[in-house]
Amino acid sequence: MTYETIMAGFGGQGLLFSGKVLAHAALIEGKELSWLPSYGPEMRGGTCNCSVIVSDDPVGSPIIASPNVLMVMNEPSLDKFEPALASGGTVFIDSSLVPRKVTRSDVTAVYIPATKMAKEMNAPSLANMILLGAIVAKLGCVKFETVLEALKHTISARKADLLELNLKAVQAGKDFIASN
Amino acid sequence: MATVFEKPKSLTDAPLHYCPGCTHGIVHRLVAEAIDELGIEGKTIGIAPVGCSVMAYDYFACDMIEAAHGRAPAVATGVKRSLPNNVVFTYQGDGDLASIGLCETVSCACRGENITVIFINNAIYGMTGGQMAPTSLVGQVTQTSPYGRDAATQGLPIRISELLATLDAPAYIERVAVNNVANVRRAKKAVLKAFKTQVEGKGFSLVEVVSTCPTNWGLTPQKACQWVEEKMIPQYPLGCFRDKFAEAK
Amino acid sequence: MAQKVLMKGNEAIAEAAIRAGCRHYFGYPITPQTEIAAYMAKRMPKIGGTFLQAESEIAAINMVYGCASTGYRAMTSSSSPGISLKAEGISYLAGADLPALIVNIQRGGPGLGGIQPSQSDYFFMTRGPGHGDFHVIVLAPASVQEMADMTRLAFDLSEKYRMPAMLLADGTMGQMMEPVELPEEEISPEDARKNKPWATCGTEMKRPHNIVNSLYLKPDELEKTNIERFERYARLEAEECRWEEYMMDDAEFCVVSCGITARVSKNAILEARKRGVKVGMIRPITLYPFPAKAFAKAAEKVKAFLTVELNMGQMKEDVELAIRCSKPISTCNRVGGMIPSADQVTAAIMNLK
Repeated sequence: MTYETIMAGFGGQGLLFSGKVLAHAALIEGKELSWLPSYGPEMRGGTCNCSVIVSDDPVGSPIIASPNVLMVMNEPSLDKFEPALASGGTVFIDSSLVPRKVTRSDVTAVYIPATKMAKEMNAPSLANMILLGAIVAKLGCVKFETVLEALKHTISARKADLLELNLKAVQAGKDFIASN
Repeated sequence: MATVFEKPKSLTDAPLHYCPGCTHGIVHRLVAEAIDELGIEGKTIGIAPVGCSVMAYDYFACDMIEAAHGRAPAVATGVKRSLPNNVVFTYQGDGDLASIGLCETVSCACRGENITVIFINNAIYGMTGGQMAPTSLVGQVTQTSPYGRDAATQGLPIRISELLATLDAPAYIERVAVNNVANVRRAKKAVLKAFKTQVEGKGFSLVEVVSTCPTNWGLTPQKACQWVEEKMIPQYPLGCFRDKFAEAK
Repeated sequence: MAQKVLMKGNEAIAEAAIRAGCRHYFGYPITPQTEIAAYMAKRMPKIGGTFLQAESEIAAINMVYGCASTGYRAMTSSSSPGISLKAEGISYLAGADLPALIVNIQRGGPGLGGIQPSQSDYFFMTRGPGHGDFHVIVLAPASVQEMADMTRLAFDLSEKYRMPAMLLADGTMGQMMEPVELPEEEISPEDARKNKPWATCGTEMKRPHNIVNSLYLKPDELEKTNIERFERYARLEAEECRWEEYMMDDAEFCVVSCGITARVSKNAILEARKRGVKVGMIRPITLYPFPAKAFAKAAEKVKAFLTVELNMGQMKEDVELAIRCSKPISTCNRVGGMIPSADQVTAAIMNLK
């Protein structure tokens, strides 16, 4: 199985980071993977996305033309990537930030008020991790436990409290999938 | 028979190619004497420029590198950062240091690289046959200022020592001349001091030597030395522009 | 076996260079290769190395020239417009027979161009980037692993043949992360300096002075150095060509591509094979020396070639030369920072039939 994931939104939402955590989890599980960021003139608030491929087979091109997993954190990203989503694919939408629903009927849409949940957890910048927790829980592209392990690798020991919050956030994403 | 005069050891036996009356030979000797006196030939690496002194690598007995035009301070930086305990000097003319390599010169001085720069200012491009230099005097006739350097269209001469002395980093900057015996003696002291500054790890040192180019100035060697006195020195006053070490005393 | 780590291509180059004994990096910021400088800025001070942000690309390459003259492994990195500025220094490195590593993470041009991926410096790099008659070794990695492996290889070849080596990749390769296994065995900077009797590191009064130089005013002497250099190039061409053959055993059509577009082409080849087209790929790994023999051999059995490039068809000319125009060559190109999709390449393959 090959998971071709695009995570898209604004710069500053932590999209590259959530992608990195997913890639790291795949690394831990010995899967084939690639992680590719969009890059441009550095600007907070500009559009931003990253492409993560997790596969049992060697990854050819790291560029994803037609993702089967999509995570969107703003409306322009949904507008841009919804048409590209592979038929049968799944889109995870931060419904606190994206006011509209998907228009296609051949894809699965999961609406998560991630930003609202993150604020309630007193971790407003961790909506990305809530969405990541949901993706992993829903699709099983990597094991959920591996994501926790990947977080421990990715966040330095100096920021122990930050790690704690990140772990909570992915758990919240998982819980959301379990209860909806 | 007693030896009363000999060539410094850190000059090779290669005959210099400079024109008769050119002061490059004197400055080469001053540099070599400083190297000899400090006993540093074995650990010195010199950087030759592009210009009349391009073949300085054949004349100095220490290890030598030939740099691209104007890039000697960058090359010297690369050497010094690799071999911080060695002695590194550049030997550059006015076109090399003050025109095409001005950026490298200022940046190297600004970083306070612990190297020594010997800067030959003779107000002309010699190697290419006498074109206007950034240090050419207003009114000076050269191949590319045939009606005399026109301040309105060709700008005014640049004073490198003064310019670099506006920076905080350099340790020692002095302008000297070699047009008469007294000036040569002062120049010798300055060159020695510049190398000493480096050996003692004090930072960037530069000696600007007001020099002659009888061939391209169209003067006899003697008249050229006079021209230095009458025209060059008023534009390029001799003296020390930075002595961090002395200031600290 | 060393553990695999997740790294950006740019970071893998930097770490691999350090492990290859490089302790001197001189650079100037430019997208999309700045991670190399940032990595070096972080690491070098901690291992007694030098990271120096130069005042310009020109200064940076000349610092490399100075450092390389002392025998130490020196490197710089930049992206296309910066490499134009370095061309002067690269020519001097070649003229003085100095080894050094130059990394070019290409972006679209000409001029200021863009900052998205490109392979448009192909001609500029493979024909000798600078004035005069010379070459640099050009290696084109297609994965983060290869970026690390080829960094060390570039230093080794550069010293073996006494010429600058270039790692030529593009913005995508530099920015992407993949698992990479870095060599556990580290070369010490002092070991890397050994056996360089030509180095200018002070005579210690034990030998005649060394001169690092590219000036030969006597034409017969300059001619001799050029001929001697090209004899070395001939050895390099005979011994160091590297390429990958992918599904070429039964191939009737041959895709030619390097770097990121070779990755895209692999996807396209798999798809075309599903549709019944016997297609394979030759991926040149050394762009100079160009693996001409591999193409001459392939030309004996394939019907046509397809070059897939992020330029207007530059490597195509090398393939034409290699096969003496004996078979038709089509192109599938995108430029300006655009990358062809696998579908586009598949369509181009289907068109070959």
